[in-house]
Amino acid sequence: MGVEAARLALRCRPSAEPGALWFATASPAYLDKTNATAIHRALRLAGDVPAFDFGGALRSGVGALLAALGGSGTELVVASDRRDGLPTGGDEAAGGDAAAALVVGEGTPSAPLLAEHLGGASATDEFVDRWRAPGDQRAKLWEERFGETRYLDLGADAWQRALKETGIEPGEVSAVAVTGMHGRAVKALTGRLGVTDDAAVDDLSGTVGQSGAAHPLLLLAAMLEAEAAGQASGSLPAGRVLALVHLADGADVVLLRTTDDLARWHPPRPVAEQVASGAEIDYGTFLAWRGMLTLEPPRRPGPERVSSTAAWRSEDWKFGFVGSRDRTSGAVHLPPARVSMQGDAVDDMDPIPMADAQGTVVTFTVDRMAYSPSPPVVFAVVDFEGGGRFPLELTDVDAERLAVGDRLEMTFRRLFTADGIHDYFWKGRPVRDVPTGGEG
Amino acid sequence: MASHGIRDRVAIVGMGCTRFGERWDKGLDDLIVEAAQDTFASAGVTKHDVDAFWIGTAQGGMSGITLARPLQVQSKPVTRVENYCATGSEALRAAAYAVASGAYDVAMAVGAEKVKDSGYQGLNAAAPPGDGTARTLTAAAMFSMVAPAYAAKYGVADDQLTDVLATISAKNHANGARNPRAQFRREVSKETICASPRVAGRLGVFDCAGVADGAAAAIVVRAEDALRYTDKPLYVKALSLAAGSGSGLIDPTYDYTHFPECEAAAADAYQQAGITDPRRQLAMAEVHDCFTPTELVLMEDLGFAERGSAWKEVLAGTFALDGELPVNPDGGLKSFGHPVGASGLRMMFECWLQLRGEATPERQLRTDRTLALTHNLGGYPGEMVSFVSVLGSELG
Repeated sequence: MGVEAARLALRCRPSAEPGALWFATASPAYLDKTNATAIHRALRLAGDVPAFDFGGALRSGVGALLAALGGSGTELVVASDRRDGLPTGGDEAAGGDAAAALVVGEGTPSAPLLAEHLGGASATDEFVDRWRAPGDQRAKLWEERFGETRYLDLGADAWQRALKETGIEPGEVSAVAVTGMHGRAVKALTGRLGVTDDAAVDDLSGTVGQSGAAHPLLLLAAMLEAEAAGQASGSLPAGRVLALVHLADGADVVLLRTTDDLARWHPPRPVAEQVASGAEIDYGTFLAWRGMLTLEPPRRPGPERVSSTAAWRSEDWKFGFVGSRDRTSGAVHLPPARVSMQGDAVDDMDPIPMADAQGTVVTFTVDRMAYSPSPPVVFAVVDFEGGGRFPLELTDVDAERLAVGDRLEMTFRRLFTADGIHDYFWKGRPVRDVPTGGEG
Repeated sequence: MASHGIRDRVAIVGMGCTRFGERWDKGLDDLIVEAAQDTFASAGVTKHDVDAFWIGTAQGGMSGITLARPLQVQSKPVTRVENYCATGSEALRAAAYAVASGAYDVAMAVGAEKVKDSGYQGLNAAAPPGDGTARTLTAAAMFSMVAPAYAAKYGVADDQLTDVLATISAKNHANGARNPRAQFRREVSKETICASPRVAGRLGVFDCAGVADGAAAAIVVRAEDALRYTDKPLYVKALSLAAGSGSGLIDPTYDYTHFPECEAAAADAYQQAGITDPRRQLAMAEVHDCFTPTELVLMEDLGFAERGSAWKEVLAGTFALDGELPVNPDGGLKSFGHPVGASGLRMMFECWLQLRGEATPERQLRTDRTLALTHNLGGYPGEMVSFVSVLGSELG
């Protein structure tokens, strides 16, 4: 999800060259080992761009954003989270999985600022309201009145200081997103901010669900998208003040002002559109995906762990989906090859990035015996625009509705995990872009 | 650059083949001993008469010691070979070429596989450590993509295609029912075949070859020595092997309706053997019916039917036991299962029986043709090895 969000963010800002990648999650795929590096390689960022995790806590998403806002240069901030809860519990019902990515920097002529950071404030405190032991799927909660009380105090304190620092009156705030895992505190604080009645935006808890460390960034992205759409249609002016308030082990407030350039920003896949195009999955499948239900595996050996050395050698292919193209024949090789399948060229190929290429289903099948975390495997032979063919697994697909000729796009996924090593690679997914005109 | 072949220079003078099936009470060594002893007896030799050995096994063991230990062959040249599903055939090819070269007088090829010890469904090759980007589909899924591609290209309606594939399956089961060495010895109706649970794509259980244990072996000598061992030798007319480059998987021009490696192996074998019209010159063919669409496409790749017409020929019964060119008269992989290392030699064993008139009467072919073909493919559409042999009961 983090890769997906980051790809969308960078697609909007192709000229941006992040000087650092900061990744935040409260559900890391690895401990000790950095998770941001997989995103770094999937995005094919330069080797001199550092990639860091902000790990573990729900506050880490907004923390990464604040760190980037406080720094210099251009940074890519990615927050991604997967919220688990035990079946029938409140966290299961309220939780959601999401990722958001923001490019933070000074702005350039080719990638101008969409919103200007005005300032903000934070309040920090140590109290146990929600906690989870490492490895546990389930968070535990203290009785909620205590947390509500603390968050109201902390939120009000940070809010007042943010307004004071930026010299903004509550009535000037055009849109505010208040969020946090403590629903009662969020609701109560929203009513005490002093903003106009229509300023509070949908916190997406009823659709996406609470996506933990990712949620404040997700709401910020959704707010910016709504402002951009409003500006483009002429219903909203530029220069509006946006506020983000996040409650987690304290309170963090970020104030932004939209720019004229926001009107010319066309996000390729707005949050609202994604929410509207969601599909249902049955509860059993959901529980299986979350590891709450163990499905009967195929009576075949499970996958072997990925070789670290082999994966490293082919990281452009495995993480970046970069093939090679024969300079003489133009034949595209997936994975990249040294010896051409056409003619006799050896070591005479150029790298060809294919992650953004769309493809067409040539033929496909459904494998009911192969291992997959989400059986059965739907598998297709895919011809790519601009040349090249690759047989690959599909995802987010209804095999009953799949047809030869369907359009596919590539998405970065975890194929399986063996010995604790995650096998990240690319899958195909039916194209779901709704034409939105040009992409900025 | 040439493929000269060794037509009529080497002869098979003894063969043995175990019963294929769930041989719970037999290990790989037992299967090897069983096939080898039958073969020694068939040729009237002992292990001491054999100068060199090749053991084909995909996963049964490493090195020639896989054969040398169970047979207690001491300090002789014994080599293990592996080439996917052509593994058993490769053992024979190596033995035949060794004799043809003049290096040895008597060579033995053994193919053996103990599949049913794994406890898993289907065949499971252990892959070397990799980067995690290689597909992990079952063979059934890979071959299942052939059927719709073929049907679309040649305008075969869905129900017709179902009937064609079921006809192939039913034919092979009917033949296997007449073979005491087969794993499955019951005829299966087309209704049962069509109603079987889906495995991959449109392929059901009865579209897929079974899994079995088994072993088979052959002894080869120079052709001029053959009659010292048997009055009915089989002469090696052609041995051809074609390994694909794997480019079919990534080449947008490949359409999944044919197997270029099989076409290449067949063309080479026919040239070696001097065959110009396989459908009318061959008495029979044993082909690699790992899945029913595979056999369908092979009828065209091997030149038994015109492109786009094999499905009609299947329905017309051309390849049935009493048809113009019986295909898989022993029941094929469908009835035998597929112990990888053994299958190629099992196919040759059927040629051995049929051309010598020693098949069980209910499946013995009545023909004056003297040539038989065996064919293996190993791998997947777009990325396979293919083997074709032609054997004959007469010189010239």
